[in-house]
Amino acid sequence: MERYYQPEIECASREQILAWQNERLVKQVQHVWDNVPYYRKKMEAKGLTPADIKGVDDLHKLPFLSKADLREAYPYGLVGMPLKDCVRIQSTSGTTGKRVVAFYTQHDIDLWEDCCARAIVAAGGTNEDVCQVSYGYGLFTGGPGLNGGSHKVGCLTIPTSSGNTERQIMFIRDLNATILCCTPSYAAYIGETMRDMGLTPDQIPLKAGIFGAEAWSEEMRQDIQNTLGIKAYDIYGLTELSGPGVSFECSAQSGMHINEDHFIAEIIDPDTGEVLPEGSQGELVFTSITKEAFPLLRYRTRDICSLSREKCPCGRTHVKMVKPKGRTDDMLIIRGVNVFPSQIETVLLNYGYPANYQIIVDRVKSTDTLDVHVEMTPEMFTDNLGEVSRRQDELVDGLRSMLGLAAKVTLVAPKSIVRSEGKAVRVIDRRKI
Amino acid sequence: MSLKQISVFLENKPGTLHAMTTALAQNGVDMRALSLAETKDFGIVRLIVDNVYDATTVLKDAGFIHSLTPVLGVMIPDEPGGLNQVLQVLNEAAVNVEYMYAFLGGADADHAYMIFRVQDGEAATAALTAHGIRLVDQDEVAGL
Repeated sequence: MERYYQPEIECASREQILAWQNERLVKQVQHVWDNVPYYRKKMEAKGLTPADIKGVDDLHKLPFLSKADLREAYPYGLVGMPLKDCVRIQSTSGTTGKRVVAFYTQHDIDLWEDCCARAIVAAGGTNEDVCQVSYGYGLFTGGPGLNGGSHKVGCLTIPTSSGNTERQIMFIRDLNATILCCTPSYAAYIGETMRDMGLTPDQIPLKAGIFGAEAWSEEMRQDIQNTLGIKAYDIYGLTELSGPGVSFECSAQSGMHINEDHFIAEIIDPDTGEVLPEGSQGELVFTSITKEAFPLLRYRTRDICSLSREKCPCGRTHVKMVKPKGRTDDMLIIRGVNVFPSQIETVLLNYGYPANYQIIVDRVKSTDTLDVHVEMTPEMFTDNLGEVSRRQDELVDGLRSMLGLAAKVTLVAPKSIVRSEGKAVRVIDRRKI
Repeated sequence: MSLKQISVFLENKPGTLHAMTTALAQNGVDMRALSLAETKDFGIVRLIVDNVYDATTVLKDAGFIHSLTPVLGVMIPDEPGGLNQVLQVLNEAAVNVEYMYAFLGGADADHAYMIFRVQDGEAATAALTAHGIRLVDQDEVAGL
């Protein structure tokens, strides 16, 4: 029996959702026009006034916002409320450049936590559950977001934050945590550590996990589910829009429902900026229609994915986005070929290797090289040198057919690749361009 | 009758072999024979030791991936033609040798010992024994 946190919203009719979106978008554009001069100038440059935006059908007329705009407008340029009405900031990890700082009113936080609560209930959470939040707390949105959602659902919340894996495991076992929230790479690490301790899935009280903040493959999901004996659900979000909970997976585990009462999603051609027809793959663009303090219109996420309006067996009516392969920032261009780390992960797990890998890109005599470091496992090791080399070649072939380019595979010692307690460092790019 | 060879996976980079021998030395594991096979980026160290249980525990704790492989320890007269005679027997019995390596017999100066990894261990043991060639077992190796 599927349960919902806000059934009247999550299962609303398409007409109702559209009506909300039309009304809220018009209001939001006026709010931005009145309070965010940075965006008003962009609209004026296109000859637009709020009167030109009568509903979702006019959305495509509005100018885009990109990460570059956020940097230019740093820190207050895109804030839509007087600071006396703002109660919090959160910030990105700054891995791809200058940090982005996002602002929240109390109302913004409230709606954000509702979104996270929807995700927890969709993963089977109730007030009987013990929810361990092992995302980082602090500037990162993961910890505060799921913490707030967990409170709203009424779970007993264990705010461990990330790190100190032994202690994480101690709390999971001693307090019988049933739901784990963290990055997928940290979930895999916790699982690996528990396995090394000799714990089998039936000795681990967890039943569900809500994992996000980085791209992960379907194979990695299977791996985590098997090791921890849980159902693993994806959750998606961006600090720029609020944090986790922009979209989340339901029991169908096939794409994430976007909270369309708060965010309007579009898919565009990343090169031309043109809106693509429904079902096409392209760059995901979000317009936040309820945020007060940081109201971003047509924000380009750099995430590549597609949307599906196919009826979902869970009963939710909000559009689903397929698992993104990764951000365009994560995408590597190697010898002119686009490569996402998640594609490499898929091949590794298909061939029985663990998701402990690192991708080393370099440039030797003006040719890009791709070297995938994979940890050897006891299961894969044999005394037969030919057999080990054969498996290595098999992996090279698998990578070639997935990526369309030749990669080198280096087998490295177990545990030699540094484990992550937050977002994993998958790529080392040594090219000096 | 076979010996338990420990095969260890090593990354082919400076210091890994030393890290392994350090772990074994610190825990008093005595090596009887060692051979190293390598490719461009990884290697397999093959070891015959006095105490297999201790050695594998040490390796596991130190984080080395390893496996156990049955091999034959053959006593060979330390004289010209000694090895040839053994290989002749195996050849006649149509036993394929995958790899082999030598170790000297410690206090016993008359004999050398060879480690053989063969495809058909039983056939090899039968053929060698029938020709009066002595195989050593794990206890014997420990005592050498």
